[in-house]
Amino acid sequence: MDTKLVKSIREAVQLSGLKSGMTVSFHHHLRNGDFVLNMVMEEIAALGLKDIFVNASSLFDVHTPMLQHIENHVVTGISADYISGGLGRPISQGILDKPVQFRTHGGRPSDISLGRTPIDVAFIAAPTADPMGNCSGKYGKSACGSLGYAFADAMYAKKVVVITDNLVEYPLQDFSISEDYVDFVVQVDAIGNPKGIVSGTTQITRDPVGLVMADLAAKVIDASGLLKDGFSFQTGAGGASLAAASFLKDIMLKKGIQGSFGLGGITGYLVDMLHAGCFRSLLDVQCFDLKAVESIRTDPRHQEISAMHYASPSSRSAAVDSLDVVILGATEIDTDFNVNVHTDSNGYIMGGSGGHSDTAAGAKLAMIIAPMFRARLPIVTDRVTCISTPGRDIDVLVTQGGIAVNPKNTELMQRLAAAGLPVVDIRELKEKAERITGKPSRLPKGDRAVAEVIYRDGTLLDTIYNVK
Amino acid sequence: MEITKCAAAGTMESSDVYVEIEPRETGLEVELQSVVQAQFGQAIEETVRQVLKDCGVENAKVRVVDRGALECVIRARVETAAMRGKGEA
Repeated sequence: MDTKLVKSIREAVQLSGLKSGMTVSFHHHLRNGDFVLNMVMEEIAALGLKDIFVNASSLFDVHTPMLQHIENHVVTGISADYISGGLGRPISQGILDKPVQFRTHGGRPSDISLGRTPIDVAFIAAPTADPMGNCSGKYGKSACGSLGYAFADAMYAKKVVVITDNLVEYPLQDFSISEDYVDFVVQVDAIGNPKGIVSGTTQITRDPVGLVMADLAAKVIDASGLLKDGFSFQTGAGGASLAAASFLKDIMLKKGIQGSFGLGGITGYLVDMLHAGCFRSLLDVQCFDLKAVESIRTDPRHQEISAMHYASPSSRSAAVDSLDVVILGATEIDTDFNVNVHTDSNGYIMGGSGGHSDTAAGAKLAMIIAPMFRARLPIVTDRVTCISTPGRDIDVLVTQGGIAVNPKNTELMQRLAAAGLPVVDIRELKEKAERITGKPSRLPKGDRAVAEVIYRDGTLLDTIYNVK
Repeated sequence: MEITKCAAAGTMESSDVYVEIEPRETGLEVELQSVVQAQFGQAIEETVRQVLKDCGVENAKVRVVDRGALECVIRARVETAAMRGKGEA
């Protein structure tokens, strides 16, 4: 073989041996700027293939052309860890023949590696690759940083196609995925729109309610007993979570605490914490902004990890198992601390676990940060519309109206009370919110399953029904 | 007290409500759109009708576009729209 280069995506699909009824896979590091999934699915449709199962680590609004393929029965099944509203809403209305399978960022590679969800052909969107398929996300005009979620696909799919818009001479140095897994390489004009791939800088919230929550969140971590040398931390990219990270940084610097690692989807704020000496390293499964991409390219302390290394429950160990504190969001949380991040308050799919339930299960302190109500809807309910993360894995809910500790964590409750923090019963928070908003009527439940929420160990956690 | 002209109050921002009021021959007509229709639709309509009654408005057409406003906000916006429609504000 001279090289693995083929002329087009269509030729790669044909050479891969893909047939109707098979499974293809995609990873989501190009996020809402991704062109690859749409380009590939268009060729699959043009070749007349039907009944394709799409296993994607996440699906964004940029992927709404899938609706056409679903309508034409080119795509009949989907597994994803996260689906944004553009596709989620029509799925909630029941367009798919088979329910969507929601997994987690750790459960997906676990199920792939255990052979529960075999992949026939994996398509890897690679910002830089050489003609033998060594590839990286760190370089090129479409650079996205880490390729963490693509490793399991590359290692376990029967055939692997690398699609790049920056083909370099063999051998690519500092590759992420190596040629021994790759069957074909395709060069295209563009694999994505850089504007949608990474944001410039995600901003810390200026909303006063968000800042109150962030301040409380940092104080909870400070009082938890976990904030000492060797401390490890993950936070999301939401405005209030970033503000909490910023307050936490101030506390760490003031007290001279050097943590061990920052984990997860990495933002510029965690890079700042690394530079300030708050952590010795960053473990990065996905970069959220340009500063993170620049850092993973240039700083050896900023390490790319695979999704298996990040969060898989069937790995010999995963980074989430060594995590001290994670800050997570919620669209709803119930009085048993079960959290919903899959559907909005009207029951429409608009998200997914991502690493939510993986980090909650692994971290010593799993914190939810959410306002008491959004618009007129209270966040605390009697029962969430959908269980994304079971309440047994959640330790504390931080709102602007008080901090509710899961009763199973008596030590944390004592520590927070001793620190003078406003600890309240979660049912009290619910009543407090309802006194302001009024008590919402329950939504009618649909009669048809549109999605299954599969927990990280492969068991069924909950079922999402159609919206009437 | 009669609504004599078209008037409006509020905004389309999240957590606010936009209320338009206009003259009508007989009776109240309330048209409601809300992001929390399923959870609070009935409560919002009751609030709107109660505020209009308290303002002495018996004949009017009211269009309410709710973006998840709290009840106190809805009351304030409806009252303001009614007073503007009567030429009092």
